[in-house]
Amino acid sequence: MSAEVGTFFALVARDLRVLRRQFGQFLVRTIMQPLLFVFVFAYVFPKIGQGFHGGSTGVSFTTVLVPGLIAVAINFQGIQAVALPLVQEFSFSKEIEDRVLAPVPVWVVGLEKIAVGAAQSLLAAGVVFPIVYLVHAHGAAPSLHIHDPLLFAIALVFACVLAAALGLFIGTVIDPRKIPLLFAVVVIPITFLGCVYYPWATLTPIPWLKVLVLLNPLVYMTEGLRASLTPELPHMPVWAFMLALVGGSTALTIVSLRTFTRRVVT
Amino acid sequence: MIGEPAIIPSAATESPIRAEQLRKVYGSRHETVIAVDGLDLEVRRGEFFGLLGPNGAGKSTTIGMLTTIVVPTGGRALIAGLDVRHHAAAVKRRIGVVSQANTLDRSLTVWENLYYHGRFFGVPRRRARLRADELLEQFALSERAQSMVFQLSGGLAQRLMIARALVHEPEVLFLDEPTSGIDPQSRINLWRILGDLHEAGQTTLLTTHNMDEADKLCERIAIIDNGKALALGSPTELKQTLGADTLITLTIDGEPAPLAERAAALAGVRAVEREGQLVRVFATRSEGVLAKLVETATSLGLHVRDAASHPPSLETVFLTLTGREYRE
Repeated sequence: MSAEVGTFFALVARDLRVLRRQFGQFLVRTIMQPLLFVFVFAYVFPKIGQGFHGGSTGVSFTTVLVPGLIAVAINFQGIQAVALPLVQEFSFSKEIEDRVLAPVPVWVVGLEKIAVGAAQSLLAAGVVFPIVYLVHAHGAAPSLHIHDPLLFAIALVFACVLAAALGLFIGTVIDPRKIPLLFAVVVIPITFLGCVYYPWATLTPIPWLKVLVLLNPLVYMTEGLRASLTPELPHMPVWAFMLALVGGSTALTIVSLRTFTRRVVT
Repeated sequence: MIGEPAIIPSAATESPIRAEQLRKVYGSRHETVIAVDGLDLEVRRGEFFGLLGPNGAGKSTTIGMLTTIVVPTGGRALIAGLDVRHHAAAVKRRIGVVSQANTLDRSLTVWENLYYHGRFFGVPRRRARLRADELLEQFALSERAQSMVFQLSGGLAQRLMIARALVHEPEVLFLDEPTSGIDPQSRINLWRILGDLHEAGQTTLLTTHNMDEADKLCERIAIIDNGKALALGSPTELKQTLGADTLITLTIDGEPAPLAERAAALAGVRAVEREGQLVRVFATRSEGVLAKLVETATSLGLHVRDAASHPPSLETVFLTLTGREYRE
C-alpha cells in the first residue's frame, strides 16, 4: 500500500516538474481571458459610458463578475490541464502507454491526474482573483466579503475537483480528431451559459433556460462562489450547489476513472 | 481486492514468464477476432526468448496480456508466479517494457525520463539519480542528458526507451519489435546492447518479424501465427528439426504442374509446394539443385521468370510452417 502511495506522489512530482517548466505558459493561458474580460467590461465600458448592472439589485457588474470569472478560470483549467494533455497522450505521443505501466492499479494514474488538475485549478483561481478584483474603473469596485470561510473553502475545493474530473472524462471519451470541436461545442457553451455574467436567479424571465442550465457544471461552481463571496446577490440555495458540487465531483470522478481504465486496458 | 491468494509465490522458484492456454478475443457479438488462440509459453530465468511471427500474428497482444494492459479472455499468464489479472500492480513492478511506439515523456529531458521512471517504481531519490547517470553512460546518452526527448533521433529514442525500462532493475524485460523503423547502424548497435544485457543475465522476451534478429539474439524462439504457436526451439533446433533446408523458389510462365512433378523426383529434393505460378522446392542441399530445376523447366518448354535460392534460415522455417508467401 505504501509503495503505491509512493508511486502516486512520484507521479505528482513529475507533473509539478512539468508545471514548473511551463509556468509562464500556465500564467498566460490562465490570465489572458479574465484580464481582457475585466478590462473591457469593468474598465472600458464604465469609462465610455456603456455598462451593465447586476440584475435588479443595483450592485456593480464587477461584483457579479468576480465569482463568475474565478469559476470560469477553474473550469477552463480543469479541461486545459487534464483533458488536452491526455488527448495528446492517447493519440500521437502514446506516453500514456508507459504511464499506466507504473506499478499501481490503472485507476490510480487517473486519480493522480484529477488531483494535479484540481491543484492547477486552485492555483488558477488564486492567480485570477487579484486581477478580477483589482482591474476596474473608478467607482466600479466589486463588493466582496467572505462571511463563511468554511463554505467558501468547500465550494472552492469541490469546484476544482469537479473541473478536473470533467477534464479527465472529456479527455478519455473524446475522439482526438474532434478536439477542434471541443471548444465550440463544449467549452464555449459551458462558459456562456454558466451563470458567469448573471446570477442564476435572474434567469426567472426565461424559465426554460433557467432549467436547462442546471445541466451545466459551471453553474454550480459559479453559484457556489457567488454564495460565499457576494452573498448579497441572489444565489442558489446552499444545499443545491453543495449537493451538485460534492455529489457531481464524486460521481464524475468515479465515472471518469472507469472510462480512463477502459480506454487504456483492453 | 477480494479473493486474491494470500501467499505470493517466491520469485526465485517460478518461471519469469508462463502462459497457459492464453487467449484473447476482440470484438462484439457480431464480429470477433481471435488475436491469441490458446498460447502456451514458458520462459526460463536469464533466457533471451523470441516471439517470431508476421504482422498480425498476435505478438503484441501477447505482450499486452503479459504486461497487464490487455485483459486475457481465457487461460492464464503469470509473471514470476503472479497472475497478471489479479496482481497487476505487483506484476508491473517486476517488468520493464519497451513498446513499439515511442512512449517517452515529451515534457521531460532525457535524464528526467530515467529519474522519474525510477521514482514511479519506488527507487529512492539518490539511487534514482545514480541509476539515471549510470544508464545514460551505459547507453552512450550522457551527452544528451539535458536534451528534451523530442530532439532525439529514432535510434537514440529507442535506446533511451530501453534504458528507461531498466531503471528499476526489472526481473523481466519485454521488447516489442524494438528495431522496426530504425536505421541499420542503430539496429546493429541495439543488437550489441541487447546481447550485453543477455550476458548480464537479464530475462528478456522479444517480439520481432525479423528472422535475422531472432536468429542472432534469441536462445529459444516460438514461431507464432494466427495467435497459435507453430514451433518452439532454439534457432538451430528449429532449422534442423523442421527440415528447413535450402528453399528454392521458381516462378514459371505457364502451367507449373509438370515441373513440380519432375522436381519431386530429383535427388536432394525433400518436398515441393505449388502456389499459382510459384514452385517452392525444399532441398536438403543447395549445390546443383537450382541448376537442375532450371534445366528441367527448360526441357519441359517452360519459361522461368524468376528463380532464387534461400540458404537454411528461420525464414525458410517460417515458410515451411506457414506455407505462405512473404508478407513483408
